[in-house]
Amino acid sequence: MYAQMVDTGANKLRALEDMGPEERAFQERVDADVKIEPKDWMPEAYRKTLIRQISQHAHSEIVGMLPEGNWITRAPSLKRKAILMAKVQDEAGHGLYLYAAAETLGVSRDQLVADLHAGKAKYSSIFNYPTLTWADIGAIGWLVDGAAIMNQIPLCRCSFGPYSRAMIRVCKEESFHQRQGFDIMMTLCRGSAEQKAMAQDALNRWWWPSLMMFGPPDAVSNDELRQRFVDQTVPQADYLGITMPDPELKWNAERGHYDFGPIDWDELYNVVKGNGPCNRDRLQTRVKAWEEGAWVREAALAYAEKRAARAQKAA
Amino acid sequence: MTEDRRVFDYLLRLADSDLVLAQRLGEWVGHGPVLEEDIALTNVGLDLLGQARLWFAYAGEVEARFAEAGRSEDALAFLRDSGEFRNLLLVEQPNGNYADTMARQFYFDVWHQLLLVKLAHSRDPRIAEIAVKAEKEVVYHAERSADWIIRLGDGTDESHARIQAAIDDLWMYTGEMFDPDEIDTPLAEEGIGCDLRALEPAWREAVGSVLDEATLTLPGGTWMQRGGKKGVHTEHLGHMLATMQWLPRTYRGAEW
Repeated sequence: MYAQMVDTGANKLRALEDMGPEERAFQERVDADVKIEPKDWMPEAYRKTLIRQISQHAHSEIVGMLPEGNWITRAPSLKRKAILMAKVQDEAGHGLYLYAAAETLGVSRDQLVADLHAGKAKYSSIFNYPTLTWADIGAIGWLVDGAAIMNQIPLCRCSFGPYSRAMIRVCKEESFHQRQGFDIMMTLCRGSAEQKAMAQDALNRWWWPSLMMFGPPDAVSNDELRQRFVDQTVPQADYLGITMPDPELKWNAERGHYDFGPIDWDELYNVVKGNGPCNRDRLQTRVKAWEEGAWVREAALAYAEKRAARAQKAA
Repeated sequence: MTEDRRVFDYLLRLADSDLVLAQRLGEWVGHGPVLEEDIALTNVGLDLLGQARLWFAYAGEVEARFAEAGRSEDALAFLRDSGEFRNLLLVEQPNGNYADTMARQFYFDVWHQLLLVKLAHSRDPRIAEIAVKAEKEVVYHAERSADWIIRLGDGTDESHARIQAAIDDLWMYTGEMFDPDEIDTPLAEEGIGCDLRALEPAWREAVGSVLDEATLTLPGGTWMQRGGKKGVHTEHLGHMLATMQWLPRTYRGAEW
């Protein structure tokens, strides 16, 4: 699914003539929209920022498997079960190629995972909210994937080749997921009163956290993307016949946008700090899976070594 | 019992074993020992779920020939109780640790492939068609689970001990796979099903050779648990169905 936007590190603007030849060549490639590839020279700050951002994104995919995986065994039809399994599998795939993109920068996946488990690396806060009903699977696809796509489209044009290529693929799959999520919501909203109430309840719980995915209002681009998301999503809720949990939400003809109420940023900061409903569970689940799998990974490694040794002996 | 009823029951056996194992594999998602295994287990689970749906769809059509109407795949999956499930006892066994999951998968995959190869020649063209499609997928399942048995058996002391224990523990659920009853036998004679007893030597040989390579011992136990095909299950199935069926049973008649 998705990682929150990470700021791009300290990027002091310097004139080309103040740069060394390597840095100048790097900057000229970026300016000319030529992708930077892993073997190219790059500034250390650029490498560090990329590692942090890409790994945070990869972690988000992996932790993001948990809230949705929570409903695989309880999906209400075989078709929905198959779609959900495939979706969560896509997320594992995203995680895999994002970790691979990070590894091209000279860091190992094991190290990145260790940082996640130690609480040193972050993942998207949205996954610290629980999936309480089947409608949450619809709401996540519709709202969370929708917000993620909006956030991620600019990353498809990012200057680092492996990340840019990964994001193009991720975005394609995410828009598929978003349609599937909306389809769940539509089916619920056209269903019984109980089903529609389930859809409304999911919207109530996921709306504000979804808006928070665009990050705090300190960057203009965050607010622009958030506004675009609200403008896109409100008519969809109207179509579904459910309402945003925001009494201040209304169309502003003068601005040509929807006005919406204030976001409770204390909530986001709290979740980021570790006080969300599921922070502890999510991390503990990941750590447990990793620790309980240690003997399996060790066995695979030991077997590979034995086999290599035998092949060498035979040669 | 009419022929259609027999075929219906036979199709449920195929569908239920696929579905129940897919449901078990779905429990692993997000909890695998390494990301690649999460993806691989989900792949196998999705294949089996897809196969279950094909068998259910045909079962519904066959049911319509003798009942008032044939049930949908979801009615068959979500609205039958455990006594009506026809899956092998093996596939409902809990995931346990990764060795337990892989031993269960290995025993099943080897059998599953042998069975589908035979069913690909069924005189019932629909059964043949589904079996051909499914067998292409199951070839990979069987290769993959055999690889894991070898890796774990010939890996570390710990993995060796764990996989041997799993192979031993699950052994008593393998006899049922080769044990024809009053549904299997006539269907085999008519060329619709297959002779289950005839699968056993090939299965033992394939399993034995992988266990050999894995430095593991083929269990010698002769007592086998039975009942899955008749709907007499282990305690585990009821819990699985409680989870799986809860939503459609709570909101009866709802579309999802």
